[in-house]
Amino acid sequence: MNHRAIWAIYRQEMARAFRTVLQSIVSPVISTSLYFVVFGAAIGSRIQEIGGVSYGAFIVPGLIMLSLLTHSISNASFGIYFPKFTGTIYEILSAPVSHLEIVVAYVGAAATKSMILGAIILATATLFVPLRIEHPLVMVLFLVLTACTFSLFGFIIGIWADGFEKLQLVPLLIITPLTFLGGSFYSIDMLPPFWRSVTLFNPVLYLVSGFRWSFYGDADVGVWVSLTMTLIFLAVCLGIVSWIFRTGYRLKS
Amino acid sequence: MACQEGGRGAHCGPDICAVFGYRRRMQSIISVSNLSKTYDSGFQALNGVDLEVRKGEIFALLGPNGAGKTTLISIICGLVNRSGGAVAVDGHDILTDYRAARALIGLVPQELTTDAFETVWATVSFTRGLFGKPADPAHIEKVLRTLSLWDKRDDKIVALSGGMKRRLLIAKALSHEPRILFLDEPTAGVDVELRRDMWEMVRGLKSSGVTIILTTHYIEEAEEMADRVGVISEGRIILVEEKAELMRKLGRKQLTLQLKEPLGALPQSLAEYELSLSEDGLALTYDYDTRADRTGITRLLRALDGAGIRFTDLDTRQSTLEEIFVDLVRNDR
Repeated sequence: MNHRAIWAIYRQEMARAFRTVLQSIVSPVISTSLYFVVFGAAIGSRIQEIGGVSYGAFIVPGLIMLSLLTHSISNASFGIYFPKFTGTIYEILSAPVSHLEIVVAYVGAAATKSMILGAIILATATLFVPLRIEHPLVMVLFLVLTACTFSLFGFIIGIWADGFEKLQLVPLLIITPLTFLGGSFYSIDMLPPFWRSVTLFNPVLYLVSGFRWSFYGDADVGVWVSLTMTLIFLAVCLGIVSWIFRTGYRLKS
Repeated sequence: MACQEGGRGAHCGPDICAVFGYRRRMQSIISVSNLSKTYDSGFQALNGVDLEVRKGEIFALLGPNGAGKTTLISIICGLVNRSGGAVAVDGHDILTDYRAARALIGLVPQELTTDAFETVWATVSFTRGLFGKPADPAHIEKVLRTLSLWDKRDDKIVALSGGMKRRLLIAKALSHEPRILFLDEPTAGVDVELRRDMWEMVRGLKSSGVTIILTTHYIEEAEEMADRVGVISEGRIILVEEKAELMRKLGRKQLTLQLKEPLGALPQSLAEYELSLSEDGLALTYDYDTRADRTGITRLLRALDGAGIRFTDLDTRQSTLEEIFVDLVRNDR
C-alpha cells in the first residue's frame, strides 16, 4: 500500500478546496440559509406540521442531502476531470500507485469536503430551527455512506466527461431533479397515490428518508430499506470504477 | 557486435551469443521485446519493437514525427496500454510488477502539463509523495537549486515562464530520486542557453548513475549527449548504434561536379576514387568522410584536371538525419 501517495493526492485535493474556500464552503452556506428563509420561514409558516415536526425542521435532512449529493458529485468529478483536462494525469498514471489507492484518495477527499459541508449546514440550520437528532450514529452513517457513494459517482462522471459541459450535465439534469422529487421538501404521503408509486423508483428518496429517520425516528420508507438501497448504489459505483480501471476507459488509450 | 546491438540479425555463433546475451541481460535496465501498439483508430504506432537500454547510459531515441517515440515511452511509463509484447524495467514487468518498475522511473513529458495554482514547492513535493517517498525537504531544495528554481519555490506555477515550467517538470521527475529518467523532447522550444544548462544537468545525472533516455529530432542533441542512439521509424527500431558509429555515417559528405561535356564512362585513371556518374553523364558524385585525415578532394580535382575533365559547377552536401532515416527505412524493407 502506497499510503504516501494516497496522502499526497488527498492533501492536494483538500488544499484545492481551501484555495477556493469561498466557492467550496461559503456559497453553499449562503444558499442553504436562503432555503431556510424561503421554505422554512416564509412558506413553511403556512404549512402544517408533518408527523409532529415543524416544516422548517422537516426539510433540514433533505437540505443537507441535497448539498451532500451535489457537492460530492461536483467535488469528485472536478477533482479527477481537471488533471485529465490539463494533462497532469500523466503523473498519477506513471506513479507506483494502484487503482484502489487513486480512488481512495480522490473519493476520500471529495467525501471529506462534502461531509464538512454537511456539518456546516447542520450547524447553520440550528440557527433557524429547533433540531433534534434521535439517532446520531445512524445520521453519521448515512452522511458517510452518501458522501462516499456520490463521490464515487462523481469520480465516474469526471472520468466519463470529455468536456466541461458533460461535467455539468449529470448533476444538472439528473441529480438536482431527483433530489427535489425525492421527498427533500415534502413527505411522499402528501402526493397522489400514482406519483407516490413513481417516487419509489427514485433512489434519492431512500437516502433522504433514511437520513430523516435518523433525525426524527419517522420516515417515508423503513430505515433498513434505505440502508440497503444506499449500499446497492455504492456497490454499483464500485463495480463501474473497477471496470474503468481494468479497461483504462477514458484514461489510457 | 551483432548480438550486442539491439539483437537485429545476430550473425555470431550460438556460444558467443549466449555469453553476450548474458552480459546484455546483466547490463540492461530496460528490456523491450516484440512490443506492439495499435490504437483504437487502427493506427499501428509500434510494430514489434525490441530494445535494450543499458544501465547508466544516455540513450537517444531519434525518429521523425509520428515514428512512435512517445508511444514507446508512454507504454514503458504506464500511460498507454500495450497491444502485445513485453517490457521489463530492471527485471520488473511493467504490468505484473508495476510498482517496482514505476518507482525507478522519472518522466518528463513533451507537453508542458502542469497545475496552475499550486506553488513550485508544493507540486514538486507532491510528486515525491506520489512515488511513495518520505518527505525530504533537503533533497527538494537540492533539485530546485540545480534547476535554478529555488527563488521561485513559493511562486504559483501559472506565473512561471515556459522555460521555467520545463525545468519544473524536470524537478518533479527528479523529486523521487529515479534511477531512470525519460526526457521526451526536452529541448523542444527551449532557448540555446537553457539547452546547454539542461545538457549539463543530464551529464551530472549520468555521473551519479542515472540512466537517461531522451527522445529528440535534433541530431546535435544526440551528438552532444548520447552514448548510444536508436532510430525508430514507422513503429520499428531500425537501428541501435554507438553514437560514434552513427556520427561516422553522418559525417559522410557528397561532392557533386557538373561537367561541361557529357562523359560516356569513367576514365581508368579515376577508378581508385569512389565516384559515380549520372545517367546523362553530366554529373560526377564523390563520397568522402569529413572526419578522415584526408578527404581526397584536392587529389581528385588534380586527377580530373589530368584526365581533361572540365566542370562548370560544384557543390557539396551532407546527408541530413532525415535522409538517413529514409535510407535506413528503405534498406530495412
